[in-house]
Amino acid sequence: MATTRTSPTGTPGRRVALDGILVALAMIFSYIETFIPFNFGVPGIKLGLANLVVLLGLTFLPAVDVLLVSAVRIVLSSLLFGNVMSLWYSLAGGLLSFLCMWLLTRREGYSIIGISMAGGVMHNVGQIITAAIIVKTIQLTWYLPVLLVAGLVTGLIIGSLAKLLMPRVQKALESFH
Amino acid sequence: MKKKDFIIIAVVLLVAGILALVFHFAGGDPGGSVRVKVDGKVTGTYALIEEQRVPFDTKYGHNTLVIEGGKAHIEDADCPDHYCEQQGEISKTGETLVCLPHKLVAEVVAGEASDVDIIAK
Repeated sequence: MATTRTSPTGTPGRRVALDGILVALAMIFSYIETFIPFNFGVPGIKLGLANLVVLLGLTFLPAVDVLLVSAVRIVLSSLLFGNVMSLWYSLAGGLLSFLCMWLLTRREGYSIIGISMAGGVMHNVGQIITAAIIVKTIQLTWYLPVLLVAGLVTGLIIGSLAKLLMPRVQKALESFH
Repeated sequence: MKKKDFIIIAVVLLVAGILALVFHFAGGDPGGSVRVKVDGKVTGTYALIEEQRVPFDTKYGHNTLVIEGGKAHIEDADCPDHYCEQQGEISKTGETLVCLPHKLVAEVVAGEASDVDIIAK
């Protein structure tokens, strides 16, 4: 991914402040998400607005910070807007999706849209694996074909949004001292 | 989008297509009965030929399995999301209804209720 990194981290204070802003932003996205009905034939599929934060965060923050932001967001929003069970699905999906997107950002040739799509797909894969383990039923993989395609579609939407937002975020970062 | 983005799309669609085909041919025959598992343990098998309403009250919560006209669906779930009720009706082998919060899975299997337990070891 071709991104111009605006001074990788800056001062520790700047870095912590950015992390905090991103957690807050991601939580707002998680909250807004609960109002958006997104029906894809299979119940339970979400748009993944909070993934915008991970995608954009990976362009200007160290990966470990983005991972932390994502994990904190998942724990907090699951407890606030979800339930304890949804925490495990979200954590598994979030972690797998993060790893995949982080690896792709380190390779040349993928745009933010492609990275987002890969992340969306892996998020669903992580969730269905967790669900299959929790209910001890391998047949849940029946939903995989639909979930894979759904991940592509939601990833395409979120990735396109991220692409639109990226120049604005870069501009905002330059004035953020 | 770049060239490698389309590789991602192609690979995912290919995998999804192959899986869909495999699942389509692996199952799909009309099933004989519905096997219900709670937390991975089989709690009962119910013939699709019999019209019945089977209530499940486990430590996780309540669901009712309804068998009507050779198809099964779930009603009266007290789980928070009610996804299990929205999953519709199942009647072909391998098809499942899942209530994740209650760890309840109903799966269509071949054969009548009595000999299913032998097939399922």
